[in-house]
Amino acid sequence: MTESPTPLWEVFIRARTGMAHRHVGSVHAADATMALQAARDVYTRRGEGHSIWVVPSAAITASDPSDKDMLFEPAASKIYRHPTFYEVPEEVDNM
Amino acid sequence: MYTQAMDTAPKEERAAIRSADEVVAEEVFERALDNEGFIEAKDWMPEHYRKTLVRQISQHAHSEIVGMLPEGNWITRAPTLKRKAILLAKVQDEAGHGLYLYAAGETLGTSRDQMLDALHTGKAKYSSIFNYPTLTWADVGVIGWLVDGAAIMNQIPLCRCSYAPYARAMVRVCREESFHQRQGYDSLLTMMQKGTAAQRAMVQDATNRWWWPSLMMFGPPDSQSQHSDASMRWKIKRFTNDSLRQKFVDATVPQGHYLGLTFPDPALRLDEVSGHWQFGDIDWQEFRRVLAGDGPCNRERLAARRQAYEDGAWVREAALAYAARHQPRPRREAA
Repeated sequence: MTESPTPLWEVFIRARTGMAHRHVGSVHAADATMALQAARDVYTRRGEGHSIWVVPSAAITASDPSDKDMLFEPAASKIYRHPTFYEVPEEVDNM
Repeated sequence: MYTQAMDTAPKEERAAIRSADEVVAEEVFERALDNEGFIEAKDWMPEHYRKTLVRQISQHAHSEIVGMLPEGNWITRAPTLKRKAILLAKVQDEAGHGLYLYAAGETLGTSRDQMLDALHTGKAKYSSIFNYPTLTWADVGVIGWLVDGAAIMNQIPLCRCSYAPYARAMVRVCREESFHQRQGYDSLLTMMQKGTAAQRAMVQDATNRWWWPSLMMFGPPDSQSQHSDASMRWKIKRFTNDSLRQKFVDATVPQGHYLGLTFPDPALRLDEVSGHWQFGDIDWQEFRRVLAGDGPCNRERLAARRQAYEDGAWVREAALAYAARHQPRPRREAA
Protein backbone atom coordinates (compact mmCIF):
# COMPACT_ATOMS: atom_id res chain seq x y z
CA MET A 1 0.00 0.00 0.00
CA THR A 2 2.31 2.71 -1.24
CA GLU A 3 -0.46 4.69 -2.93
CA SER A 4 -1.22 8.12 -1.53
CA PRO A 5 -4.80 8.38 -0.30
CA THR A 6 -7.38 10.03 -2.55
CA PRO A 7 -8.67 13.22 -0.85
CA LEU A 8 -11.99 13.26 0.98
CA TRP A 9 -14.77 15.72 0.07
CA GLU A 10 -17.96 16.61 1.93
CA VAL A 11 -21.09 16.65 -0.20
CA PHE A 12 -23.95 19.15 0.16
CA ILE A 13 -27.11 18.87 -1.88
CA ARG A 14 -30.00 21.25 -2.53
CA ALA A 15 -33.00 18.98 -2.82
CA ARG A 16 -35.35 21.56 -4.36
CA THR A 17 -35.10 25.12 -5.50
CA GLY A 18 -35.78 27.37 -2.55
CA MET A 19 -34.13 25.09 0.00
CA ALA A 20 -30.68 25.31 1.52
CA HIS A 21 -27.89 22.88 0.64
CA ARG A 22 -27.71 20.11 3.20
CA HIS A 23 -24.83 17.85 4.12
CA VAL A 24 -25.51 14.33 2.81
CA GLY A 25 -22.19 12.49 3.12
CA SER A 26 -18.74 12.34 1.66
CA VAL A 27 -16.82 10.96 -1.32
CA HIS A 28 -13.20 10.36 -2.23
CA ALA A 29 -11.95 12.04 -5.40
CA ALA A 30 -8.68 13.29 -6.86
CA ASP A 31 -10.03 16.74 -7.74
CA ALA A 32 -13.13 18.93 -7.57
CA THR A 33 -14.48 17.90 -10.98
CA MET A 34 -14.29 14.22 -10.13
CA ALA A 35 -15.71 14.88 -6.67
CA LEU A 36 -18.78 16.48 -8.27
CA GLN A 37 -19.21 13.53 -10.62
CA ALA A 38 -18.81 11.01 -7.80
CA ALA A 39 -21.26 12.94 -5.61
CA ARG A 40 -23.80 12.90 -8.43
CA ASP A 41 -23.43 9.13 -8.87
CA VAL A 42 -23.43 8.28 -5.17
CA TYR A 43 -25.99 10.71 -3.75
CA THR A 44 -28.49 11.61 -6.49
CA ARG A 45 -29.61 8.36 -8.11
CA ARG A 46 -33.26 9.03 -7.21
CA GLY A 47 -33.58 12.67 -8.18
CA GLU A 48 -32.55 13.86 -4.72
CA GLY A 49 -30.86 17.00 -5.92
CA HIS A 50 -30.91 20.08 -8.11
CA SER A 51 -27.52 21.38 -7.08
CA ILE A 52 -24.40 19.92 -5.47
CA TRP A 53 -21.56 21.51 -3.50
CA VAL A 54 -18.38 19.59 -2.77
CA VAL A 55 -15.93 20.92 -0.20
CA PRO A 56 -12.54 19.43 0.71
CA SER A 57 -13.11 17.85 4.13
CA ALA A 58 -9.80 19.29 5.30
CA ALA A 59 -11.17 22.81 4.68
CA ILE A 60 -13.92 22.44 7.27
CA THR A 61 -13.35 23.81 10.76
CA ALA A 62 -15.70 22.28 13.31
CA SER A 63 -16.46 23.14 16.91
CA ASP A 64 -15.31 20.71 19.55
CA PRO A 65 -18.16 18.78 21.22
CA SER A 66 -16.48 19.30 24.61
CA ASP A 67 -16.86 23.09 24.13
CA LYS A 68 -20.60 22.65 23.77
CA ASP A 69 -21.49 24.15 27.15
CA MET A 70 -19.17 27.12 26.79
CA LEU A 71 -20.42 27.89 23.30
CA PHE A 72 -24.12 27.30 23.61
CA GLU A 73 -25.13 27.60 27.25
CA PRO A 74 -25.35 31.44 27.11
CA ALA A 75 -28.14 31.08 24.57
CA ALA A 76 -30.14 28.82 26.86
CA SER A 77 -29.95 31.14 29.88
CA LYS A 78 -31.14 34.27 28.05
CA ILE A 79 -34.79 33.42 28.12
CA TYR A 80 -35.73 37.05 27.46
CA ARG A 81 -34.64 36.46 23.87
CA HIS A 82 -37.80 34.46 23.28
CA PRO A 83 -41.18 36.12 22.67
CA THR A 84 -42.85 33.85 25.21
CA PHE A 85 -40.86 35.60 27.96
CA TYR A 86 -43.20 38.59 27.69
CA GLU A 87 -46.79 38.71 28.78
CA VAL A 88 -49.11 40.57 26.49
CA PRO A 89 -52.43 41.84 27.98
CA GLU A 90 -55.38 39.89 26.67
CA GLU A 91 -56.98 43.07 25.32
CA VAL A 92 -53.99 43.63 23.06
CA ASP A 93 -54.55 40.19 21.53
CA ASN A 94 -52.15 39.30 18.75
CA MET A 95 -48.65 40.68 18.84
CA MET B 1 -26.73 -10.39 8.61
CA TYR B 2 -24.22 -8.50 6.48
CA THR B 3 -22.21 -8.35 9.69
CA GLN B 4 -22.90 -11.85 10.98
CA ALA B 5 -19.17 -12.49 11.54
CA MET B 6 -19.45 -10.01 14.41
CA ASP B 7 -21.23 -12.65 16.40
CA THR B 8 -18.61 -15.33 15.91
CA ALA B 9 -15.45 -13.35 16.73
CA PRO B 10 -13.91 -13.99 20.15
CA LYS B 11 -14.89 -11.66 22.96
CA GLU B 12 -12.46 -8.94 23.91
CA GLU B 13 -11.85 -7.69 27.40
CA ARG B 14 -12.35 -4.05 28.16
CA ALA B 15 -9.49 -2.03 29.60
CA ALA B 16 -10.00 -2.03 33.36
CA ILE B 17 -8.09 1.12 34.26
CA ARG B 18 -9.70 4.41 33.32
CA SER B 19 -8.85 8.00 34.15
CA ALA B 20 -11.24 10.25 36.08
CA ASP B 21 -11.96 12.21 32.88
CA GLU B 22 -12.87 9.02 31.12
CA VAL B 23 -15.26 8.03 33.87
CA VAL B 24 -17.10 11.35 33.49
CA ALA B 25 -17.09 11.12 29.69
CA GLU B 26 -18.44 7.59 29.88
CA GLU B 27 -21.29 8.77 32.09
CA VAL B 28 -22.24 11.36 29.48
CA PHE B 29 -22.06 8.67 26.82
CA GLU B 30 -24.18 6.20 28.80
CA ARG B 31 -26.74 8.88 29.55
CA ALA B 32 -27.06 9.70 25.85
CA LEU B 33 -27.72 6.02 25.13
CA ASP B 34 -30.25 5.73 27.96
CA ASN B 35 -32.15 8.70 26.57
CA GLU B 36 -32.22 7.20 23.06
CA GLY B 37 -29.80 9.92 22.00
CA PHE B 38 -27.29 9.69 19.18
CA ILE B 39 -23.50 9.60 19.33
CA GLU B 40 -21.81 11.78 16.72
CA ALA B 41 -18.36 11.27 15.21
CA LYS B 42 -16.55 13.78 17.41
CA ASP B 43 -18.28 12.83 20.67
CA TRP B 44 -16.35 10.86 23.24
CA MET B 45 -17.01 7.13 23.02
CA PRO B 46 -15.50 4.08 24.70
CA GLU B 47 -12.72 2.51 22.66
CA HIS B 48 -14.59 -0.77 22.56
CA TYR B 49 -17.70 0.92 21.12
CA ARG B 50 -15.54 2.53 18.43
CA LYS B 51 -13.81 -0.74 17.56
CA THR B 52 -17.08 -2.65 17.44
CA LEU B 53 -18.55 -0.07 15.08
CA VAL B 54 -15.52 0.03 12.80
CA ARG B 55 -15.72 -3.72 12.50
CA GLN B 56 -19.47 -3.80 11.96
CA ILE B 57 -19.66 -0.90 9.50
CA SER B 58 -16.70 -2.11 7.45
CA GLN B 59 -18.10 -5.66 7.31
CA HIS B 60 -21.39 -4.18 6.20
CA ALA B 61 -19.67 -2.08 3.51
CA HIS B 62 -17.61 -5.04 2.28
CA SER B 63 -20.80 -7.10 2.01
CA GLU B 64 -22.40 -4.49 -0.23
CA ILE B 65 -19.34 -4.36 -2.47
CA VAL B 66 -18.73 -8.12 -2.67
CA GLY B 67 -22.49 -8.50 -3.08
CA MET B 68 -22.22 -6.84 -6.49
CA LEU B 69 -20.34 -9.86 -7.83
CA PRO B 70 -22.97 -12.65 -7.80
CA GLU B 71 -25.56 -10.43 -9.49
CA GLY B 72 -23.10 -8.64 -11.74
CA ASN B 73 -22.47 -12.10 -13.16
CA TRP B 74 -25.86 -11.87 -14.93
CA ILE B 75 -25.86 -8.30 -16.28
CA THR B 76 -24.64 -9.31 -19.72
CA ARG B 77 -27.03 -12.27 -19.84
CA ALA B 78 -30.25 -10.69 -18.59
CA PRO B 79 -33.16 -12.03 -20.66
CA THR B 80 -34.57 -8.64 -21.74
CA LEU B 81 -33.40 -5.05 -21.98
CA LYS B 82 -35.86 -4.11 -19.21
CA ARG B 83 -34.41 -6.69 -16.81
CA LYS B 84 -30.90 -5.66 -17.75
CA ALA B 85 -31.58 -1.99 -17.00
CA ILE B 86 -33.16 -2.93 -13.66
CA LEU B 87 -30.27 -5.18 -12.70
CA LEU B 88 -27.72 -2.52 -13.64
CA ALA B 89 -29.53 0.01 -11.45
CA LYS B 90 -29.66 -2.45 -8.58
CA VAL B 91 -25.97 -3.35 -8.75
CA GLN B 92 -25.14 0.36 -8.95
CA ASP B 93 -27.20 0.87 -5.79
CA GLU B 94 -25.14 -1.79 -4.01
CA ALA B 95 -21.98 0.13 -4.92
CA GLY B 96 -23.62 3.27 -3.53
CA HIS B 97 -24.55 1.48 -0.30
CA GLY B 98 -20.97 0.31 0.10
CA LEU B 99 -19.74 3.87 -0.38
CA TYR B 100 -22.21 5.41 2.12
CA LEU B 101 -21.03 2.83 4.64
CA TYR B 102 -17.30 3.26 4.02
CA ALA B 103 -17.82 7.00 4.53
CA ALA B 104 -19.63 6.30 7.82
CA GLY B 105 -16.76 4.02 8.87
CA GLU B 106 -14.22 6.71 8.09
CA THR B 107 -15.85 9.09 10.57
CA LEU B 108 -14.54 6.74 13.28
CA GLY B 109 -10.94 7.46 12.38
CA THR B 110 -10.16 4.51 10.15
CA SER B 111 -9.18 5.16 6.53
CA ARG B 112 -10.78 3.79 3.39
CA ASP B 113 -7.46 2.22 2.48
CA GLN B 114 -7.20 0.47 5.84
CA MET B 115 -10.68 -0.98 5.41
CA LEU B 116 -10.01 -2.14 1.85
CA ASP B 117 -6.69 -3.61 2.90
CA ALA B 118 -8.42 -5.61 5.64
CA LEU B 119 -10.86 -6.99 3.06
CA HIS B 120 -8.18 -7.83 0.51
CA THR B 121 -5.92 -9.59 3.02
CA GLY B 122 -8.87 -11.63 4.29
CA LYS B 123 -8.72 -10.02 7.75
CA ALA B 124 -12.16 -8.46 7.46
CA LYS B 125 -15.26 -10.54 6.84
CA TYR B 126 -18.32 -10.02 4.68
CA SER B 127 -21.66 -11.81 4.65
CA SER B 128 -21.52 -15.56 4.02
CA ILE B 129 -24.40 -15.27 1.56
CA PHE B 130 -22.22 -13.82 -1.20
CA ASN B 131 -20.03 -16.89 -1.29
CA TYR B 132 -22.73 -18.89 -3.04
CA PRO B 133 -22.82 -19.04 -6.86
CA THR B 134 -25.57 -17.61 -9.11
CA LEU B 135 -26.14 -20.56 -11.41
CA THR B 136 -29.22 -19.43 -13.35
CA TRP B 137 -31.17 -16.27 -14.13
CA ALA B 138 -33.72 -17.28 -11.50
CA ASP B 139 -30.99 -16.79 -8.87
CA VAL B 140 -31.06 -13.05 -9.58
CA GLY B 141 -34.78 -12.88 -8.78
CA VAL B 142 -34.42 -15.08 -5.72
CA ILE B 143 -31.56 -12.94 -4.39
CA GLY B 144 -33.75 -9.86 -4.67
CA TRP B 145 -36.63 -11.58 -2.95
CA LEU B 146 -34.81 -13.55 -0.20
CA VAL B 147 -31.40 -11.94 0.29
CA ASP B 148 -32.57 -8.36 0.00
CA GLY B 149 -35.71 -9.25 1.94
CA ALA B 150 -33.55 -10.56 4.78
CA ALA B 151 -31.33 -7.50 4.53
CA ILE B 152 -34.33 -5.17 4.92
CA MET B 153 -35.45 -7.00 8.09
CA ASN B 154 -32.05 -6.40 9.59
CA GLN B 155 -31.36 -2.93 8.27
CA ILE B 156 -34.55 -1.15 9.27
CA PRO B 157 -33.68 -1.34 12.99
CA LEU B 158 -30.16 -0.09 12.13
CA CYS B 159 -31.72 3.24 11.09
CA ARG B 160 -32.14 3.81 14.84
CA CYS B 161 -28.62 2.67 15.73
CA SER B 162 -26.98 4.87 18.38
CA TYR B 163 -24.07 5.89 16.13
CA ALA B 164 -25.57 8.70 14.06
CA PRO B 165 -23.40 8.56 10.90
CA TYR B 166 -24.20 4.83 10.60
CA ALA B 167 -27.89 5.43 11.25
CA ARG B 168 -28.00 8.19 8.61
CA ALA B 169 -26.32 5.94 6.05
CA MET B 170 -28.84 3.21 6.83
CA VAL B 171 -31.78 5.55 6.25
CA ARG B 172 -30.54 6.09 2.71
CA VAL B 173 -29.86 2.37 2.22
CA CYS B 174 -33.32 1.35 3.41
CA ARG B 175 -35.04 3.87 1.16
CA GLU B 176 -33.43 2.18 -1.83
CA GLU B 177 -33.62 -1.41 -0.64
CA SER B 178 -37.33 -1.97 -1.12
CA PHE B 179 -36.90 -1.51 -4.89
CA HIS B 180 -34.38 -4.36 -4.72
CA GLN B 181 -36.77 -6.78 -3.11
CA ARG B 182 -39.71 -5.85 -5.32
CA GLN B 183 -37.80 -6.14 -8.59
CA GLY B 184 -36.73 -9.65 -7.54
CA TYR B 185 -40.24 -10.73 -6.63
CA ASP B 186 -41.59 -9.19 -9.82
CA SER B 187 -39.11 -11.16 -11.91
CA LEU B 188 -40.09 -14.40 -10.11
CA LEU B 189 -43.80 -13.68 -10.52
CA THR B 190 -43.28 -13.26 -14.25
CA MET B 191 -41.45 -16.57 -14.52
CA MET B 192 -43.94 -18.44 -12.33
CA GLN B 193 -47.11 -17.04 -13.93
CA LYS B 194 -46.07 -16.59 -17.56
CA GLY B 195 -43.09 -18.90 -17.82
CA THR B 196 -42.64 -22.43 -19.11
CA ALA B 197 -42.48 -25.51 -16.88
CA ALA B 198 -38.70 -25.41 -17.21
CA GLN B 199 -38.61 -21.78 -16.05
CA ARG B 200 -40.81 -22.56 -13.05
CA ALA B 201 -38.54 -25.46 -12.17
CA MET B 202 -35.59 -23.07 -12.39
CA VAL B 203 -37.20 -20.73 -9.84
CA GLN B 204 -37.91 -23.65 -7.52
CA ASP B 205 -34.34 -24.86 -7.81
CA ALA B 206 -32.96 -21.39 -7.03
CA THR B 207 -35.28 -21.13 -4.02
CA ASN B 208 -34.08 -24.52 -2.77
CA ARG B 209 -30.47 -23.40 -2.97
CA TRP B 210 -30.88 -19.92 -1.44
CA TRP B 211 -33.39 -20.61 1.35
CA TRP B 212 -31.05 -21.97 4.00
CA PRO B 213 -28.16 -19.59 3.27
CA SER B 214 -30.70 -16.72 3.58
CA LEU B 215 -31.69 -17.89 7.06
CA MET B 216 -28.00 -18.04 7.98
CA MET B 217 -27.68 -14.36 7.09
CA PHE B 218 -29.16 -13.46 10.47
CA GLY B 219 -26.12 -14.94 12.19
CA PRO B 220 -25.70 -17.65 14.81
CA PRO B 221 -28.56 -18.47 17.22
CA ASP B 222 -28.85 -16.14 20.21
CA SER B 223 -27.49 -18.88 22.48
CA GLN B 224 -24.18 -18.82 20.56
CA SER B 225 -23.91 -15.15 19.71
CA GLN B 226 -20.78 -13.66 21.27
CA HIS B 227 -21.37 -9.94 20.95
CA SER B 228 -25.10 -9.47 21.10
CA ASP B 229 -25.12 -8.31 24.72
CA ALA B 230 -22.73 -5.38 24.31
CA SER B 231 -24.22 -4.42 20.93
CA MET B 232 -27.75 -4.45 22.37
CA ARG B 233 -26.69 -2.41 25.40
CA TRP B 234 -25.02 0.13 23.12
CA LYS B 235 -28.08 0.21 20.90
CA ILE B 236 -26.07 -0.75 17.84
CA LYS B 237 -28.28 -3.79 17.62
CA ARG B 238 -31.97 -3.57 18.46
CA PHE B 239 -33.27 -7.11 17.98
CA THR B 240 -31.68 -10.52 18.46
CA ASN B 241 -30.64 -12.74 15.57
CA ASP B 242 -33.35 -15.30 16.29
CA SER B 243 -36.16 -12.77 16.56
CA LEU B 244 -35.25 -11.18 13.21
CA ARG B 245 -34.90 -14.60 11.60
CA GLN B 246 -38.39 -15.57 12.79
CA LYS B 247 -39.80 -12.29 11.50
CA PHE B 248 -38.24 -12.97 8.11
CA VAL B 249 -39.60 -16.52 7.91
CA ASP B 250 -43.09 -15.36 8.90
CA ALA B 251 -43.10 -12.68 6.21
CA THR B 252 -41.49 -14.75 3.47
CA VAL B 253 -43.20 -18.14 3.57
CA PRO B 254 -46.60 -16.81 2.44
CA GLN B 255 -44.87 -14.85 -0.35
CA GLY B 256 -43.29 -18.09 -1.57
CA HIS B 257 -46.59 -19.93 -1.44
CA TYR B 258 -48.21 -17.17 -3.47
CA LEU B 259 -45.56 -17.72 -6.13
CA GLY B 260 -46.45 -21.42 -6.11
CA LEU B 261 -43.15 -22.48 -4.57
CA THR B 262 -42.26 -24.94 -1.84
CA PHE B 263 -39.46 -24.56 0.68
CA PRO B 264 -36.71 -27.16 1.15
CA ASP B 265 -37.65 -27.77 4.78
CA PRO B 266 -39.91 -30.71 5.69
CA ALA B 267 -40.24 -29.32 9.24
CA LEU B 268 -41.74 -26.02 8.06
CA ARG B 269 -45.25 -25.63 9.45
CA LEU B 270 -47.53 -22.91 10.74
CA ASP B 271 -47.98 -23.01 14.50
CA GLU B 272 -51.67 -22.10 14.88
CA VAL B 273 -51.24 -21.03 18.49
CA SER B 274 -48.37 -18.56 18.10
CA GLY B 275 -49.08 -17.69 14.47
CA HIS B 276 -45.39 -18.23 13.67
CA TRP B 277 -43.91 -20.47 10.99
CA GLN B 278 -41.74 -23.08 12.66
CA PHE B 279 -38.72 -24.22 10.71
CA GLY B 280 -36.15 -27.01 10.88
CA ASP B 281 -32.57 -26.97 12.14
CA ILE B 282 -30.07 -24.77 10.36
CA ASP B 283 -26.75 -26.35 9.39
CA TRP B 284 -24.44 -24.19 11.52
CA GLN B 285 -21.45 -26.26 10.42
CA GLU B 286 -21.97 -25.00 6.89
CA PHE B 287 -22.39 -21.43 8.18
CA ARG B 288 -19.07 -21.53 10.04
CA ARG B 289 -17.30 -23.17 7.14
CA VAL B 290 -18.45 -20.53 4.64
CA LEU B 291 -17.68 -17.68 7.03
CA ALA B 292 -14.22 -19.07 7.70
CA GLY B 293 -13.43 -18.92 3.99
CA ASP B 294 -14.38 -22.33 2.72
CA GLY B 295 -17.63 -21.69 0.87
CA PRO B 296 -18.26 -22.45 -2.80
CA CYS B 297 -17.04 -19.03 -4.02
CA ASN B 298 -14.92 -17.43 -1.25
CA ARG B 299 -11.66 -17.58 -3.19
CA GLU B 300 -13.24 -16.40 -6.42
CA ARG B 301 -14.93 -13.42 -4.73
CA LEU B 302 -11.82 -12.24 -2.94
CA ALA B 303 -9.69 -12.70 -6.03
CA ALA B 304 -12.18 -10.64 -8.06
CA ARG B 305 -12.09 -7.80 -5.50
CA ARG B 306 -8.30 -7.81 -5.34
CA GLN B 307 -8.00 -7.78 -9.09
CA ALA B 308 -10.48 -4.92 -9.43
CA TYR B 309 -8.46 -2.92 -6.91
CA GLU B 310 -5.13 -3.66 -8.56
CA ASP B 311 -6.45 -3.05 -12.06
CA GLY B 312 -7.74 0.33 -10.92
CA ALA B 313 -4.44 1.43 -9.35
CA TRP B 314 -3.17 3.20 -12.48
CA VAL B 315 -6.44 5.12 -12.78
CA ARG B 316 -6.19 6.37 -9.19
CA GLU B 317 -2.54 7.31 -9.69
CA ALA B 318 -3.26 9.09 -12.97
CA ALA B 319 -6.16 11.04 -11.45
CA LEU B 320 -3.99 12.21 -8.55
CA ALA B 321 -1.12 13.12 -10.89
CA TYR B 322 -3.54 15.09 -13.08
CA ALA B 323 -4.99 16.87 -10.06
CA ALA B 324 -1.52 17.76 -8.81
CA ARG B 325 -0.51 19.24 -12.17
CA HIS B 326 -3.67 21.25 -12.75
CA GLN B 327 -4.56 23.95 -10.30
CA PRO B 328 -8.28 23.80 -9.58
CA ARG B 329 -10.08 25.87 -12.17
CA PRO B 330 -12.35 28.57 -10.75
CA ARG B 331 -15.85 27.06 -10.73
CA ARG B 332 -19.23 28.71 -10.78
CA GLU B 333 -19.65 30.58 -7.51
CA ALA B 334 -21.52 28.76 -4.79
CA ALA B 335 -25.12 29.84 -4.80
